[in-house]
Amino acid sequence: MKKLVFILVMCFHPFGFSATGEYGLDHAEIDLKDKASLQRGAKVFMNYCLGCHSMQYQRYQRTFDDIGIDEELAQEYLQYSGAKASDYVVRAMDAKDAEAWFGVEPPDLTLVARVRGTDWIYTYLRTFYKDDSRPFGVNNLVFPDVAMPHVLEPLQGTPIVTYNEEFKGSDTEKQVKGVITDGSGSLSSEEYDQVVLDLVNFLEYTGEPTRLVSERIGRWVLAFISVFGVLVYLLKKDYWREVH
Amino acid sequence: MQKLMNWIEQRLPVKRVADMHAMQYPAPKNMNFWYVFGFLSMVVLVNQIISGIWLTMHYTPTAEGAFASVEFIMREVDYGYIIRHMHSTGASAFFIVVYLHMFRGMMYGSYQKPRELLWIFGMMIYLALMAEAFMGYVLPWGQMSYWGAQVIVSLFGAIPVIGPDLVIWIQGDYVVSGATLNRFFALHVIAVPLVIVILVFLHICALHEVGSNNPDGVSVKFKKDSLSKQDKTPFKIHQYYTNKHDYSDDVVPFFPYMVLKDFVALSVFLFGFCYVLFFAPEMGGKFLEHPNFEVANSLKTPEHIFPVWYFTPFYAILKAVPDKLFGIMAMFSAIVALFALPWIDRGHVRSWRYRSGFHKVNLLVFALVFVSLGYLGGTPQEAWKLIASQVLTLLYFSFFVLLFLYSKNEWTKPLPARITR
Repeated sequence: MKKLVFILVMCFHPFGFSATGEYGLDHAEIDLKDKASLQRGAKVFMNYCLGCHSMQYQRYQRTFDDIGIDEELAQEYLQYSGAKASDYVVRAMDAKDAEAWFGVEPPDLTLVARVRGTDWIYTYLRTFYKDDSRPFGVNNLVFPDVAMPHVLEPLQGTPIVTYNEEFKGSDTEKQVKGVITDGSGSLSSEEYDQVVLDLVNFLEYTGEPTRLVSERIGRWVLAFISVFGVLVYLLKKDYWREVH
Repeated sequence: MQKLMNWIEQRLPVKRVADMHAMQYPAPKNMNFWYVFGFLSMVVLVNQIISGIWLTMHYTPTAEGAFASVEFIMREVDYGYIIRHMHSTGASAFFIVVYLHMFRGMMYGSYQKPRELLWIFGMMIYLALMAEAFMGYVLPWGQMSYWGAQVIVSLFGAIPVIGPDLVIWIQGDYVVSGATLNRFFALHVIAVPLVIVILVFLHICALHEVGSNNPDGVSVKFKKDSLSKQDKTPFKIHQYYTNKHDYSDDVVPFFPYMVLKDFVALSVFLFGFCYVLFFAPEMGGKFLEHPNFEVANSLKTPEHIFPVWYFTPFYAILKAVPDKLFGIMAMFSAIVALFALPWIDRGHVRSWRYRSGFHKVNLLVFALVFVSLGYLGGTPQEAWKLIASQVLTLLYFSFFVLLFLYSKNEWTKPLPARITR
């Protein structure tokens, strides 16, 4: 039924799919302290993203240490990519092949969260929709005509774009509302959102792996400066008393 | 120990210079918090030099390696992220304190006779600082580094006749490339810092020759033997100064009084500085712009190209003028006008405390215009913003025109004979 609606929509509103990329972003409530989420995110990355996208500035061992992945699980990841723990997280795919297959080289993802922002990635990965006019049969609401296939489709199911319809005189105006899945994926819609959130959390971590340690040191530094400031202020007051 | 000190002193005047320029330097005691930014900019300069030295130990100045080496510093060098953020936060902090320092000079007329040369040296430091910051921003070789360099360097191309060749000469290539990066690195780490350090030295020499101004803008030194004993300062002031003038009871020795005041300001400053450094080094994309986390790509233009916030007022002036060459001239004149300030202001009363209400309004409007231009130059272009930046550009220059006109016969309040508290 949903597919039928989809086809109908396509017939009557062929330009409805040139989504403008001005789709509002959903907020990704990430938490860098949530190690379980980071570990799940790392797993999603290794299983679904690493085929095409590298993380060339980040090393495996550093990642394992920071997010608390144990030896056994680490070995599993390394087996998958055939890398050593001291290696950088790089894909096996050749850059030239990638360009031939996708038309554009899949970008490195180490810093993607710092370039795009976590809200953008969170929304992007949840707004693929079926569009048969595209080479991979999918398009995206926040990144129109993106060259990337919907890699997480087995989890989400086939997503279909939905509209808000508004009657204005004799015309019907359509505004993109969002996407809904046809239910063919292995996860429920909430579970899928969580998977994407975990992945986004992991990408935020790799963007700046030192974020938490920086804040931990920063608290001590600020405490020191505060004490220093109070002492200097008292000393200054004492010296200036005789001047005034 | 004393013998050793004497031995050195006879060969190098360490103690004499320290006494003259710090321990017994006469500082007006009504200096308020606006007077701490000179000291703070010295602190930031030292921070930039030290963190910069450590950054160069791991940085690679090539188009292929630059971006990756910055990430190497961020991830694999011990405390590398602190060193890098000290440097990147320091760059913005430098401009914050320098802008406040300059505004202080304008409020209290610190550029007026006899401090013209002091002001000129200060403006030269500001100019060198802009060159330093621009070239430094190219070094991480991110998208904004690359395209920002492209925009700024191409400005020279608008110069008639020699423009196009000049651009190639600056770039060292037909496009902004690894050759450009490499020479900017050389200039950023050696040439310009050397110039800045020398200029700072001259700035301080010139300051100590004429003495510090103060919020009242009235002198604290009087003709030799014109003050009675109880009017003279009870503190020990170096004879270099007291041989030439009498100093009123309005001065204190720089050490420890001003040093302690500066250190109170330093702790407040450091608190804010370290907060940004450790908790928000990107400062919402203002100190480190988001597109700069993507490696430079000559085939992909970013959606919007902005210089970093401290350049945006001048960038807005550049964009406000439809013609490129005239835009560059307007931008350049905006800085030249500041250089000429000691001669544009023909008044004889320094501090705005004793100047006309019109002057106060004029100066405040100028500050507001500068900040607003900064906003306009740092946000995506829109039709209304173009008109707004044109109006503000006119207002920017009208500050100088008006100042020149009214300052000669300005109505001013009577000056106090001595500084007030």
